[in-house]
Amino acid sequence: MNAIHFFFIALIAVFVTLYFVRRKFAWTYARLAMLSVVGAVMLLPFIWLVCAAFKHPNVLNDSMFLPPLSEWSKQYTLEVEGKTFTGSAVGFTNFQRLFENRKTVGGGTINFGRYILNSVFIATTGTFTSLFFCSLGGYALAKYKFPGKGYVMFFMLASLTIPGVALLAPSFKIIYSLGWMDTYLPLLVPGAASVFGMFLFRQAIAGVPDDIIEAGRIDGCGEFRIYMQLVMPLVRPMIGAFCLVTFLGSWNSFLGPNIFLQTQSKLTLPVILNQYIGEYSNQYGVFLAGTLLAIIPPAILFLALQREFIAGLTAGAVKQ
Amino acid sequence: MISAYNRNQRLAPYVFLAPYFLLTSVFFLYPLAYATVLAFHQTNGPLSWKFVGTKNFSFVLSDPSFGKAVVNTVIYSLFSIFLQLPLSLGLAMMLNARSDKLKSFFRLAIFAPNLVGPVFVGILFGVLFAPNIGLFNQLMHLTFGWLTSTNLGGNGEGFLQYQWLTNPRLVMPALIIVSLWLYVGFNMIYFLAALQGVDQSLVEAAKIDGAGPFDIFRAVTVPAIMPVITFVVVTATIGSFNLFELPYTLLQGFGPENSGITIIGYLFNWVQTGDLGTAAAIGWILTLMILVISLIQIRLSGAARKD
Repeated sequence: MNAIHFFFIALIAVFVTLYFVRRKFAWTYARLAMLSVVGAVMLLPFIWLVCAAFKHPNVLNDSMFLPPLSEWSKQYTLEVEGKTFTGSAVGFTNFQRLFENRKTVGGGTINFGRYILNSVFIATTGTFTSLFFCSLGGYALAKYKFPGKGYVMFFMLASLTIPGVALLAPSFKIIYSLGWMDTYLPLLVPGAASVFGMFLFRQAIAGVPDDIIEAGRIDGCGEFRIYMQLVMPLVRPMIGAFCLVTFLGSWNSFLGPNIFLQTQSKLTLPVILNQYIGEYSNQYGVFLAGTLLAIIPPAILFLALQREFIAGLTAGAVKQ
Repeated sequence: MISAYNRNQRLAPYVFLAPYFLLTSVFFLYPLAYATVLAFHQTNGPLSWKFVGTKNFSFVLSDPSFGKAVVNTVIYSLFSIFLQLPLSLGLAMMLNARSDKLKSFFRLAIFAPNLVGPVFVGILFGVLFAPNIGLFNQLMHLTFGWLTSTNLGGNGEGFLQYQWLTNPRLVMPALIIVSLWLYVGFNMIYFLAALQGVDQSLVEAAKIDGAGPFDIFRAVTVPAIMPVITFVVVTATIGSFNLFELPYTLLQGFGPENSGITIIGYLFNWVQTGDLGTAAAIGWILTLMILVISLIQIRLSGAARKD
């Protein structure tokens, strides 16, 4: 018997008591209890990740989460490859090690900050270019009638049935022929005008009244200006959702960067952290500190855009 | 003046779609045609070529590693449809019944793993699953350790020693556990949105007619959310067939005896070795598999709706 068993026995005991006293409360309580247990299971790995990232490598395995509060400021010294790292039991030693300069194969030095910058650069550039091209295409599909539109739409839907990754081999050859190996272009260009994104914007822009667009035309507004200054401000929630989905996809992408990037200083966070697993096999605190840093930007974006995100995610599936 | 304005309006959609036409020609249509050619050639690096007919296809189809990859992918997709989706629906129904601040908290907590992405989840769970020191084994041991006691016929050692990622028999269960944690909240969001669209007057009417909760679920809720069920089942299946990052980072490769290899992992392996012909053939086989399975699922759900 331990604390976990007592906890579950208590949960069940409360339910049984409630069941005999107020049956209606009992089911509400049961639902709440189950949701709490599920919620705790979902959050525990994150809590553990934060604890592991801040624990000194010497005490990493001594406690499940954190050492007792009285031992937090106890100093430990770690010696690796001639360098000494001194820090408290709960502190920034892992981050210190993560951000130390290290030598690359080419002879230069590289810092973990470089990988963060790379990831930020690729994700933001990719998000803004595809925001522009997808919304422009979505606007064309939503508000114009033009010869061949039916064929274009059919082709777009048909192209969705072929998974992009199935074309990895020929794409690799094309990227190679274009001379784009070891550049960021294969990560940014091919997905810039995705069918998925254009359809999201088509759906959002379809809700913009035609009168506004006509009024713009009568006032002498050019077609591009109508899109930029009249339509886009009206679909702001979809812009938020789209940016978040695209940013997350780019930030977390692994297959593309892993295949197309070679130079150490160009790698992104997922690729380098995956490499660090091999490098720091016994001192997992270091790459977990990196993982913690890597999941903070998406988490902040999500908390800021949560409402739009969920609306955008389910827009295609739920509304008819 | 008028004609210039009309001409602009006529040309605008083509100009606006021009980036798509260009990109889709270079990065979709051309690779598609090229994949067909490539699949019938033997390549060694991007430069050497030899026509081999259907040899690439017969090689892939008879390769035991590919067989293992298909079996793993199918097992994984069956678990995501028959275990993960019902749990997602159950959670969505539990959340749908409450409408207060707790609801948005639980929704956020259950959805949270999706923000992290499969690569970082793989890295994190690679440590969580470690024998002795990993959180997963420690919690399993504390909660269910008594199940392995010698009184119950176990070895009395509990769960601390379980080598989830290096024992070939435990690799797939570990992968399914992680994906459950990762994706259960993702599909829950879809079900939750669908449940909020269920006509409450129908539910009330059924209650007045004396229907129990199970009858309401079967006769009112399920038919109302059927389009979303179809959508989620099809996307979850396609997602399962695209599984790569999670096992690859979790197992740091394909696991012992290829026990965690997936179809995309197998494809990735051939791209990395430079044998693009074989990789193109795998791409085609994968596309056909996804197409056939999606069509069957859509047909089945259509039949279910007619009942």
